[in-house]
Amino acid sequence: MSTGPTGTSTPRAGAGEERIAAAFRDHEGAAALMPYIMGGYPDPSVSRDIAKAYVDGGADLVELGVPYSDPLADGPVVHAAGTDALNAGVTVDDVFELGEQLAADVPVVLMTYANIVLRPGIEAFAARMRDAGFSGLIVPDLPIGEDSADVVAACDAAGIAFVPLVAPSTTEARVAEVRSAARGFLYAVSVTGTTGERASLSDQFEEVIRRAKTAGAGDGAAADVPVGLGFGIANGEHAAQAAAAGADGVIVGSRLVRAAGEDDPVAAVSAVMADLASGLGR
Amino acid sequence: MSTAHRPEIGSERRFGPYGGRYVPESLLPALDELEAVWSELRDDPAFKNEFRGLLRDYVGRPSPLYLARRMSERAGREVWLKREDLNHTGAHKINNALGQCLIAKRMGKPRIIAETGAGQHGVATATAAALLDLECVIYMGVEDIRRQMPNVQRMRLLGTTVQPVESGARTLKEAVSQAFRDWVGSVGDTHYVMGTAAGAAPFPAIVRDLQRIIGDEAREQILEQAGRLPDRVVACVGGGSNAIGIFTAFLDDPVALVGVEAGGHGILSGSHGAVLASGVDAGVLHGSYGPVMQDAQGQILEAHSVSAGLDYPGVGPQHAWLRDSGRATYVPVDDDDAVRAFREVARLEGIIPALESSHALHHVLHVPAPEVEVDLVCLSGRGDKDLAEALAKLEEIDGAAALAADDGEPTVVPTAIGSDPEADEDGDGPQGAEEVR
Ligand SMILES: Cc1ncc(COP(=O)(O)O)c(C=O)c1O
Repeated sequence: MSTGPTGTSTPRAGAGEERIAAAFRDHEGAAALMPYIMGGYPDPSVSRDIAKAYVDGGADLVELGVPYSDPLADGPVVHAAGTDALNAGVTVDDVFELGEQLAADVPVVLMTYANIVLRPGIEAFAARMRDAGFSGLIVPDLPIGEDSADVVAACDAAGIAFVPLVAPSTTEARVAEVRSAARGFLYAVSVTGTTGERASLSDQFEEVIRRAKTAGAGDGAAADVPVGLGFGIANGEHAAQAAAAGADGVIVGSRLVRAAGEDDPVAAVSAVMADLASGLGR
Repeated sequence: MSTAHRPEIGSERRFGPYGGRYVPESLLPALDELEAVWSELRDDPAFKNEFRGLLRDYVGRPSPLYLARRMSERAGREVWLKREDLNHTGAHKINNALGQCLIAKRMGKPRIIAETGAGQHGVATATAAALLDLECVIYMGVEDIRRQMPNVQRMRLLGTTVQPVESGARTLKEAVSQAFRDWVGSVGDTHYVMGTAAGAAPFPAIVRDLQRIIGDEAREQILEQAGRLPDRVVACVGGGSNAIGIFTAFLDDPVALVGVEAGGHGILSGSHGAVLASGVDAGVLHGSYGPVMQDAQGQILEAHSVSAGLDYPGVGPQHAWLRDSGRATYVPVDDDDAVRAFREVARLEGIIPALESSHALHHVLHVPAPEVEVDLVCLSGRGDKDLAEALAKLEEIDGAAALAADDGEPTVVPTAIGSDPEADEDGDGPQGAEEVR
């Protein structure tokens, strides 16, 4: 891999990876702010307003979740929101529509389970993401080196960054392997567990960030892969801790999804975003 | 044919295109460990001794092979029943639960979790946990808790925590999902005792290895007792553990293999669990790629079966491969037929079969198979757990006469080894629906 004049390596996933790289480079404050939205929750129209509130609140990148029947990596809040959205009739099409509008303002990284991606065929799915203007894809049940090769290749071809995850239980050698396959950024999971708010960050989170930042770093493309920390970050204080420990971005899911379920969702998510932004020194 | 289904080559991750490990990253180390530990333990003499010893003295193996005479008469061929219903805890599930709990012990994991549908795997796991002093949590859908209350009470009595699962249709699929979620967080000290030959690798291979004793015994027994191999082996298929357990010993024999799936309200209704027979597309469910009931967008659909243990929208990857490769065939039997077979076998043989097994029994009793002279059927479990559900369903079908002595089934034509028709008329069972209320 060659290294560009700015010190960043040449993207393998084209336009999507470039846009994500810019988001990590150009943000204000201590780290990129990366809120998660459950697409279509509580309903498609309010979901659009929530997305807008994320953008107004300083989101550098939005992780867009697809409601799914069997979300194995999600805790109760995200699971319930997805179920509500499904029950309300929200479809994958609705989520693409939301994402397409959102992508005009911020890079959109779609987060969805493997079966949603495989159902239409990965080529078709990747092309659809490209056409909608998405930048990346996260598939929590498609670990690198297992059955992901076709998906990564199709994403590369479509200019979509395939963002893999590492967990606290991931060995140093394995982190290096996953890191070298990462496009856009490496998603570091702060806890051994599903998504969900925690009262405090786990005692493993600094070690997770350290590994994600350093394991196998130094060889080519892997050298500058940004690290986003997610799962369990619920407030400005957590965000500040994550940034201080070296995270390049903080991903906030359940806390915001919970806010999206409140009586005045836009006000509620805006307040959470303001707290997160201030935690990041903005 | 590929050799991928042969157990001798280790814990396969794929069977043809099916299987794999579609799981969150945090579970990969645990799956690696399980695979490594099992590849050693499966040939470890001390482990084998301990496992075999418990199967013999605690479970009561070998389970008998029984020539069901009156069923044979009705079917017009020999019907041999492999009596897994006589195992301790009443089903084949104990073979796997005990084996996996022993593996958990060897891995030093003090806590086990499992899903259950019919409650049989839950009871088996709770039993093994009590025996081996492991902490145990069982996930069970609220709908199944309702359908299988006696098993819930058993698990609690055994010291297990039964964790109700409220999501989705509140049945087996959701219970598996919830067990996976627990495991994603608890993997450091917890082993997930997957109850069927499905899920992420290496579970389908491990469960098969632990259940193959059914077929290994049955093959020896039928050679001894009938003096020949069966023409056909029939078993019900939920996720596929009892079926793969009995099929494995016969894979290289000239013996037909038939898996019977839940036809529910009929395949055309869409309300069933006949994943293989209906020919649904492949997708990912619970860490494994294989045929799965799903909608056009990739959302997993709910299965339906009158029997909680067959109420699953996916199936084990090895069965999918056995189907594609032509080695086994899979057929549906619907709810009403299964429930009638439940009653019929009770009256013919004095054996109350599990509703799951009743699907296989209906197929053997009522689907013509002129080329078959000798049938071997896996009677995977006993039906005590199903009484309330099955009797209610029978009343729905047949009205108040559901338990009348004459159930409308054809009378058995007396033969040399036949029955006494008069004794039959004199009433071998409750005389009216009122009696059982
Ligand atoms: C008695 C009995 N038979 C069959 C099954 C179906 O499972 P499998 O297909 O794994 O054998 C169950 C599941 O609960 C069961 O309890």
